[in-house]
Amino acid sequence: MSDTRHATRGASTDAPRGRGAPRRRPFWTLGRTDALTGYLFIAPQLLGVIVFVLFPVGLAIWYSLNEWNIFTGDMTFVGGANYEAALNDPQLPSVLGATAVFSGGVVVLNIALGLVLAVMLNRRFKGVTLFRTLFFSPVVVSVVAWTLVWGFLLQDNGGINGALAQIGVDGPNWLQSGPTAMIAVTFTQVVRSVGINMVLFLAALQGVPGELYEAARLDGASSRKVFTRITLPLISPTLMLTAVITIVGALQSFAQIAVLTEGGPGLSTTVLVFYVFQQAFSFNDIGYGSTLALMLLTFVMVLTILQWQLRRKWVFYED
Amino acid sequence: MRTAKKLVSALALGSVAVLSGCGGGTPAASDTDIELRMTVWTSNEDQLALFDSIADAYKADHPEIKSITFESLPFEEYNTTLTTQIAGGNSPDLAWMGDLSADLIDSGALVPLTEPLEATEGWEYDDLVPSVTAEFTKDGELYAYPFSNSPFGLYVNTDLLEEAGQTLPAEPTWDDVSAVGAAVHAATDKGGFVVNDFNYSSWNTLATVWTGFGASAWNEDGTECGFDTPEMAQAFQFLHDAAFVDESMPGPGTTADFFAGDAAFAVAQVSRAGNLDDSFAYDIHPLPQGPVGSYSVIGQAGMGVLQSSAHVEQATDFLAFLTNPENAAQLAQYFPPPRQSLLTGEALAANNTKFTAEQLQTVVVDQIAGAVTLPNHTSPAEIAQKAKTALDAMWVEDADVPAVLATVCDSIDPLLAK
Repeated sequence: MSDTRHATRGASTDAPRGRGAPRRRPFWTLGRTDALTGYLFIAPQLLGVIVFVLFPVGLAIWYSLNEWNIFTGDMTFVGGANYEAALNDPQLPSVLGATAVFSGGVVVLNIALGLVLAVMLNRRFKGVTLFRTLFFSPVVVSVVAWTLVWGFLLQDNGGINGALAQIGVDGPNWLQSGPTAMIAVTFTQVVRSVGINMVLFLAALQGVPGELYEAARLDGASSRKVFTRITLPLISPTLMLTAVITIVGALQSFAQIAVLTEGGPGLSTTVLVFYVFQQAFSFNDIGYGSTLALMLLTFVMVLTILQWQLRRKWVFYED
Repeated sequence: MRTAKKLVSALALGSVAVLSGCGGGTPAASDTDIELRMTVWTSNEDQLALFDSIADAYKADHPEIKSITFESLPFEEYNTTLTTQIAGGNSPDLAWMGDLSADLIDSGALVPLTEPLEATEGWEYDDLVPSVTAEFTKDGELYAYPFSNSPFGLYVNTDLLEEAGQTLPAEPTWDDVSAVGAAVHAATDKGGFVVNDFNYSSWNTLATVWTGFGASAWNEDGTECGFDTPEMAQAFQFLHDAAFVDESMPGPGTTADFFAGDAAFAVAQVSRAGNLDDSFAYDIHPLPQGPVGSYSVIGQAGMGVLQSSAHVEQATDFLAFLTNPENAAQLAQYFPPPRQSLLTGEALAANNTKFTAEQLQTVVVDQIAGAVTLPNHTSPAEIAQKAKTALDAMWVEDADVPAVLATVCDSIDPLLAK
């Protein structure tokens, strides 16, 4: 193949252009070669996306149109029945409400706390490395182990209420009422994952040129102005990245709910991903579980696309 | 083609997991190279060694069987793992089953056993106690061998009672247990009585209480909810008072492990006696009497052959061997047996170091014949979740007991009607 290519190229440059001789266009043009190289580079990733994303999504769509008796393997086409069931599911509004509250709480607290921690730890003082390590360490702990420990701490006679009692506060039975259970699962999720955002913000903060701060101070800008007019705009790409990561992560939080509350009390902490698991793997309703999984996929996609579209409005480098 | 089908099934299951962010089977061999696999939820080495020894004896007479494996799955995820294996085309040949049995039987996933067991020489089918086969029988056909029939009893920490200056009548009622439990709690700060594994979540274990009040979760054919009856209201009022008024039962969110010495009483299966480590003095009674008098409740486990097995005939034959009178006698040292001939206090005491023959006669043998089983129905996980969601409202101080119970029926009625 390469010999032919070289021969063709040689002919096109060295041979005299005869009037009657038709000019042969080489197949392996530079553009085609570059394209092939590009495709070869992305092939492993593309293969992974096809096998582990597109194919399962396609199957999930197919299964959402069927009722599958998991014990006998019988598959019955039911059309839109599972989608109709989702519209008429009396539990689904509560589940979506809990998902919104949990995800919203996690995103707001995680980003705000991550930013505050990063600003506080973006200074030189004794022990700063220790504090950075301390706040980041929960990230590397197994989520189930982390949640199990918090499960003990949050019991009525557990460590949290024991500590509160020491200062004269009668703590609530955290996991037994809806509002406090939601606070508990949100808090454990935020504390565990805030370290990631903190590190990302730290890296972004250290990338802000120092001369901009100097110039602002010379102009008499207050600390607040410096933060809102210099720091925030310059770290806005990282803010965008953390927002996307945190929203997707919050929508996928499963172990915390399964271990801490099992979705209760009532449906107060049953988020969509836990509900999907219940339907598909506990109740063996693969068709309805697939329908809800597609709903979750749609939410994640819409939120991500929305943020991507809005980035021009608030991300500094995107104008 | 078969492999491709398995792959598609497995990928299909995986797709749901991938989308939701969570997350080979034995090929058909020749008839001389057969590998059998049974899923179990025990990880007890002695029990697994016993199963292995029985399997070795079977293989010695059946050269066509290459191997028999007992796959130990975690109890908490047993049902999910088993159903996932079946759906993914990686079905075991035989399986232990608890509350999944109704679904398996109803969907035709199990091999009928009555005829093969009756036809097995020396198996003695008539030796089975009728009350323990009902759970695994449909239309007169047995679908699983009820190898474990463990009655619930009342464990007593006699050290704690003595410390609190309390004594329990010889035939206690639930009111006695609650009164003594409250006194122990007041005197020692330990828990009064606990219903093991309940944890304000697994409500089906409360059948050990409400049966004594004449209540049941649903009627005999499983079509009508029983939570909205006056008897059930009386039973839950008793439990609610125990948790929030008398404080004889640890409240929600509070742990008290009887086997760690943290409670005066525990309602638990006799098979849990292995958790007693002699760190405190103990006794065991049949379940306390309720308003309807004496009663007994058992928790059951069965073993059956799956239709999806590639070797149904061989698996059924091995099950018949595993459960024949001789091997059933061996299994009885760990699991209260379903055979009348093995149900004597002396026979059970021969392999039980925790209780005397007299205790075992009273708490196990005398209870099995008239016992009811824990609530079981098709769609057990969905019913459990729906009822639990409704019952969560029960476990607050000012709960309206009958109103909450009515919502339980509202939640599970559509599932019972299926």
